[in-house]
Amino acid sequence: MIQSLQDIAQHVVDRVKNSGATAADVMIREDDTFSVTVRMAEIETLKEAISRNLMLRVFIGKRTATSHTSDISGAVVDRLVDETVEMARLTSEDESGGLPEPGFFQGHFPDLNLFDPSWERLTPDERISLAVRTEKAAFETDKAVTNSEGASFEYARSRVALANTIGFGGEYAGTSAAVVCVPIAESKGSMQRDYWMSAGRHQRQIETPEEIGRKAADRAIRRLGARKIPTCQVPIVFDPLCARSLLGHIFEAVAGSAIYRRSSFLVDRIGETVASPYVTVVDDARMPGGLGSSPFDDEGTQTQTTPIIEGGVLLNYLQSAYTARKLQSRPTGNGSRAASGVVTIGPTNFYLKAGLYGADEIIRSVKGGLYVVELIGFGVNTVTGDYSRGAVGMWIENGEFKYPVQEVTIAGNLNEMLKNIEMVGNDVTFVGSIAAPTLKIGKMVISGA
Amino acid sequence: MVHSNSIFFEKYNVTLRDLEAYLSEALSRGGDYADLYFEYRINHSIVLEEQIIKSATKGVNIGVGVRVISGEKTGYAYSDDLNRENILKAARTAAFIANASAAGGSLRVPTPLNQERNLYPIPIYPAELGIAEKISLLQQSDDAARAYDRRIKQVQASYVDETKHILIVTSDGRATWDLQPLVRLNVMCIAEENGQRQSGYQGGGGRGVLDVFTGDLDPHALARESARQAILQLRAIDAPAGPMEVVLGPGWPGILLHEAIGHGLEADFNRKKTSAFAGLIGQKVGSELCTVVDDGTIPFRRGSLNMDDEGNPTHRTVLIEKGVLQGYLQDRLSSKLMKAPLTGNGRRQSYDHIPMPRMTNTFMMSGDSAPEDIIKSVEKGLYAVHFGGGQVDITSGKFVFTASEAYLIENGQITAPVKGATLIGDGPTVLRQVTAVGNDLELDQGVGICGKEGQTIPVSVGLPTIKIREITVGGTEK
Repeated sequence: MIQSLQDIAQHVVDRVKNSGATAADVMIREDDTFSVTVRMAEIETLKEAISRNLMLRVFIGKRTATSHTSDISGAVVDRLVDETVEMARLTSEDESGGLPEPGFFQGHFPDLNLFDPSWERLTPDERISLAVRTEKAAFETDKAVTNSEGASFEYARSRVALANTIGFGGEYAGTSAAVVCVPIAESKGSMQRDYWMSAGRHQRQIETPEEIGRKAADRAIRRLGARKIPTCQVPIVFDPLCARSLLGHIFEAVAGSAIYRRSSFLVDRIGETVASPYVTVVDDARMPGGLGSSPFDDEGTQTQTTPIIEGGVLLNYLQSAYTARKLQSRPTGNGSRAASGVVTIGPTNFYLKAGLYGADEIIRSVKGGLYVVELIGFGVNTVTGDYSRGAVGMWIENGEFKYPVQEVTIAGNLNEMLKNIEMVGNDVTFVGSIAAPTLKIGKMVISGA
Repeated sequence: MVHSNSIFFEKYNVTLRDLEAYLSEALSRGGDYADLYFEYRINHSIVLEEQIIKSATKGVNIGVGVRVISGEKTGYAYSDDLNRENILKAARTAAFIANASAAGGSLRVPTPLNQERNLYPIPIYPAELGIAEKISLLQQSDDAARAYDRRIKQVQASYVDETKHILIVTSDGRATWDLQPLVRLNVMCIAEENGQRQSGYQGGGGRGVLDVFTGDLDPHALARESARQAILQLRAIDAPAGPMEVVLGPGWPGILLHEAIGHGLEADFNRKKTSAFAGLIGQKVGSELCTVVDDGTIPFRRGSLNMDDEGNPTHRTVLIEKGVLQGYLQDRLSSKLMKAPLTGNGRRQSYDHIPMPRMTNTFMMSGDSAPEDIIKSVEKGLYAVHFGGGQVDITSGKFVFTASEAYLIENGQITAPVKGATLIGDGPTVLRQVTAVGNDLELDQGVGICGKEGQTIPVSVGLPTIKIREITVGGTEK
C-alpha cells in the first residue's frame, strides 16, 4: 500500500494528540535526487537516492520542543514523539509560542507551476549528456581552457507534506534542476577558475549546456593575468551573481528573528529611507515556476507577496507565526524549517526588481572602477552593516574593461552601500531563491597594494 | 579499546553474511572497489534566548551509504534505513557506475577489526544525558554574560551535541567501527549603547561530554569572553586599508593555515592539478620558521578521529617542514591514483555524502620568540586575535580570513581596537612573509566547521603568535 506523505503526517499528528501535547505539527520532506559530475569528459561521480526527513514540533501550552528523523518507520517515530513531548516539558514558557492562528491557513492552494513532468522522461544517459555537453562547450570555447573542476547536472523531485492538530493538512510537489560548469583556464603557468550555472524548476528555464559552458569559459579566461591594484575609493559594479549576495545580506537583516533580537542594522527603521530610490525589493512566494515559490510555508501559513523596500523605503520585515507575535505583526508566510525541524525565517523568491539599464550601459557609465565577478569570505556583519570581503573583478577605465583584478578587498557599510546604489540593471538572474540584477554602487574602498 | 562490538551488529542484527551480500551486489557490474558506510547519529540542541529556554531539539539519522569505485569514477547511493531490500537497491544503483561488460571486482569476506586506540574515552555519551544539565550550562552562560556589563542587552546561548555510531565495511575485507561524541557550547551577545549595537561571539567544545566545559571552556568563561568582545567593539575605530605588517595571536587565527595552506594540499585538487600547490612538493613555500602539521590523533579534539570515514586510522601528517612542502592529505581514491600512502583524511558529512580528502586539526608548531617581543618589534601594524570565517580560491591560491577582534600596533604598543576587516593574501607565498614565530602554540577552543563541495565537517586549527611582514588588510581607512 502506498501512503501519501500527508497521510503519514496526519497519522503522526493523531499519535501526538494522545501523548500529552496540546498542539503539534508535522512536516515531511521527500527528495528523489539524481546528480552527476563529469570531469575531463568522463563521469567522475554519479549519485542517486531518495531521502526523507520527518520534522515534528510539539507544544505543551506555551512550551515547545522539536525533533526530526530520517527513519519514518512506526517504532522510531512513536519513540521520538514521546521523547519530544518529554523535552517540551523541560523548556520554558514562551508567551509568543504556538501554532499560527487558524485565520492564516488557506483551504485551497493555487497551482504555482512548480512541477515539470518532462524531467522524468529523460533517461540517465540523457541527464549525463547534459553535463558532458556543458563541459565540452567550455573546452571548445578557447584553448586557454586546459583543465576543469567538472560540470554537473543535479535534479530533484521533491514532495512536502504538512499536518497540524488544528485541522490544517496540505501537500505539494516540485521539481528543480541545476547545471553548473567550473572550467580552469591557464596562461603563463598561472591558473584561473570561474563558474557559471543555470537553475530552474522547468527544463525551459535552464540555459542550454552550450551557453552555460561558453559563459563559464569566458568568465575563467577573462581572469587570466589578474593583478593587485593600489588601494583606492571608486565606483563598484556587482555582476548579478555577486549582487545576489548583497540581497542575501538584506534578507538576513529584514528577517523577523533578527529584528526581535535587535541583531540587524535595519531594526526600528520601517518607513525610513534605507536605500536609493532605484531600489525595490520584494519577497514573492507566488511567482509561477519560481525556485522559492510554495503555496504554504513550513508552518502551513498561506504565502504571499511581501514588499520589503519600495523606492528605497523600508516597508516590511519577514515573519513566521512566532516572530509576528513577538513583533505585533502578521505572519508573511516565511516560516522555514531547517533540517533539524526548528522553524526559522526563510526567503521565498527574494529579489531586487529590475531597473532600466543593460549591464553594458552600467559598465560604460564608469570612468574608473571595479566590476566585481566573485566575492569570497564572510566579512559581513549584519548587526552593524560593516562590510569587507575579498573580491575578483575587471578594472573598468572609461567605460571599458582594461584588465582583471585579484587579491583585493572591497569594504564599506551596508547602510551607505544601499543608499549609494546609483544604477540598477535589467538582468535579474535567478539561480536560487534570492536574486538580483547588475548593481552599481557609487563608491567603496578597494584595499590592495 | 573503543567498543568491543558495533551497535549495528548488536542492536540492528546486521550479519557478516548481509554485508557480503551488499558488497557483492555493489560489485556486480564490475567495480574495482566498494564500501558501505553505516551511520546512526543522534543530535541534540538547546537554545536559550531572552533568558528562557526557547527550544530543545532531537534528531535521529540512520542510513547506509554505498560507494563503488571504477577507475577514477565513483558511483554512490544510500538508503535512509537499514531495510535489507533498500540497501540492496542502493548497492545496485551505485554499481551502475561500472562498465557492465567488465568482470566483477574481487570481494574479500569482511573481517571485523577492533580499534586499538580510543582518542575519546568517556564513561557516558552525550545522547545518554538528560537535558537538565545541558540547560544549566546555558543558564550559567546567560547569567555570566549579563553580569559582565549592563550594556549587554541580548544573550543567545546554544548547546549542541552529537553521538555518532559508524560501521565501515570494505570489499578488501575490513569491517571497522567507531563511536564518536561531539559537544559544543556557543554564546552570542549583543551590546547596545547610544543606539549603537555590536555583537560578540565565543564558543568551545570537543569530542567528549559535559566535562569538556571547564577551564577556558567553562560556560562563565565563554560568556565573559563573548560579552567582552561585544563591549570592546563599541569603541572600535575603522580598520585600516592597504598592505601592512600583521601579528596574529595564538589559537583560532590558525584559520590562516586552514585556508592558505590546508585546502590547497588536499590530494584531490592536486591529483586533478586544479590547486595552486600542484607540483610544489619538495619546494620551499615558507620561511624556515614554519612547520605545519595536520594531526587527527590529539585526544578529545574536535577535529580528531580514531579512524577516518573510510575506516583508515588517522595520522599526524607534516605538510610543511621548515618551509618546505612535504605532502598532501589523502583519501583512498587519490592515494591509489597518485600511488601515495594513505594519511587517514578521507572524511564525509554523513552517509548521504561521498568521502573526500579533508583536514582534521591543522596547526603550526611553536617557534622561539616570546609573543611580547614580537609585538614590540612592530612599528606600525595590526594585531589580530579573533577571527570569523575564511575562504580560499584553490586554483588562484588567493585566500581571505576575517578578523573580528583586532588592534592597531603603534611603536611596539597595542593601541586602539579596530572594526572587523577581511585580510587577503596568496596561499603559496604567504608563509614566506613569516618573520617571527612565537613559543606559544595554542589550538582553538573547538568550534571549527569546514565546508567543501557542500559538505560540512568539524575541524580544529592552531597557531603560535606569528608575524607576517606584509598582508593586505581590507578596512576603509586609507
